[in-house]
Amino acid sequence: MEMLTHILGAIATVILAFVVGMTYGGLVRKITARVQNRLGPPWYQNFIDAYKLYGKTTAIHHGWMQIMGPAFLMVSSVVTLMFIPVLNNGGWFPNLNFEGDLIFLLYLMVFGPLGMALGAGQTGNPNSAIGVTRGLSQMVGFEIPWVMALVALMIQHDTTSITGLMEAQQQSGTWMMFSSPFAFIAAVLAMLGMFRYSPFDIVGAPTELASGPVSENGGKYLFTMMSSGSIFAFVKLTLYVDLFMGGADNLVILLLKTFAIYMIPVLYGLVSPRYRTEQSIRFFWGWPLFFGVLALIYAAIF
Amino acid sequence: MINDKNSQKIVDIIQNWSRKHSLWVLAYGTGCGAIEIPPTMTSRYDAERMGVRGAATPRQADILLITGYLTTKTLKRVIRVYEQMQDPKYVIGFGSCTINGGMYYDSYNTIKVLDKYLPVDVYINGCMPRPESVLAGFGKLQELIGDGKANGATKYKENLEWYKANQKKIIPNWVMPEYNW
Repeated sequence: MEMLTHILGAIATVILAFVVGMTYGGLVRKITARVQNRLGPPWYQNFIDAYKLYGKTTAIHHGWMQIMGPAFLMVSSVVTLMFIPVLNNGGWFPNLNFEGDLIFLLYLMVFGPLGMALGAGQTGNPNSAIGVTRGLSQMVGFEIPWVMALVALMIQHDTTSITGLMEAQQQSGTWMMFSSPFAFIAAVLAMLGMFRYSPFDIVGAPTELASGPVSENGGKYLFTMMSSGSIFAFVKLTLYVDLFMGGADNLVILLLKTFAIYMIPVLYGLVSPRYRTEQSIRFFWGWPLFFGVLALIYAAIF
Repeated sequence: MINDKNSQKIVDIIQNWSRKHSLWVLAYGTGCGAIEIPPTMTSRYDAERMGVRGAATPRQADILLITGYLTTKTLKRVIRVYEQMQDPKYVIGFGSCTINGGMYYDSYNTIKVLDKYLPVDVYINGCMPRPESVLAGFGKLQELIGDGKANGATKYKENLEWYKANQKKIIPNWVMPEYNW
């Protein structure tokens, strides 16, 4: 019986993540349009796009690895979602929490992009190859401040589990955003690269690289990538809310907090042109790294 | 239940509705008509409110937008691009040049009637067509898709020999893969 509720809860979590991620994507398109003084598509445009992509025939075959690429992305997104506590006290969103899952998560979050890199490599499209190299270089950039911020949190609170960190925030009554500000700054700066909005959209770069790694994928492949991207966006936002903003007691608060934090990369992206690869890496190894080191020192002293 | 005729009809209606409201355009902008695409997409006319969006590669695109004249040299690439696109796909002929040659009616190196080489679903008339007429063309295509009448791709498959014969008449050195779906 408990098994059944766990499985149903997992399915409900995936559906919630898909719907919320897609809606946020549509809202971002709407906000982008309004900033550019356009009317923009309706907020449910992403659902229409996804359904249309699912309905297209997909007669592209470059080998098995190409088919595995989107599957890797999807699997990685869903598995990562299973380890993120959606709400503070579980409720009907159970998660596979264990001691040390934050470290496990750090590895798991790069699993999808690496699988996608293999898949994109087999298509033989030069744009894909360039996109993959750019993506991996950028990942080297933003992973370092991100890991430093998380390690700072782990040292400060003496735990490596996400629920442990959430409980620590509930006990002390302050969000980690305020109790460890340098880690928060480093993590937010790393988030700019993680979400790949401008100026860090060097991987997709539609006009320059013809959408990069996804350039040979249409139809159902693209549907899989789009939905896994939406789920992964929800995963990352929820992780930020869990770690730095004290989690959420119910869904409304969760949506408010995740949307607020999602606006940081989106609004920063709207007013920025695109970086070159080396500028992007130099950015991440500059101030974000400095704040990461500062966070480590802060964590070691206090 | 699923293979039932009426339920199939419902699926078709939903699918046509989604196709009609999500048109990803691959603008083949080698002709002079490409200059009208940016104003159509940006804030003055904003085609995105109709669900029209640019696609980066033929694999992701639904519409092939041929903007203006096609030289015999570029025709080869256009055919290659069209055959890489995934069903359902549509072609929009943009400007007078795709209809009857336009101002290039007596040119030796442009094709005159696009419909002989690729199945055109909607023509947009004019030299140049203004963004309003481009939007009207997208609207017409949406109407056709909604009614299930935009079947250029099936026409291409059914009359493949005729199209191929026409294409090979224009392109002398035919070194391309033969697609037969």
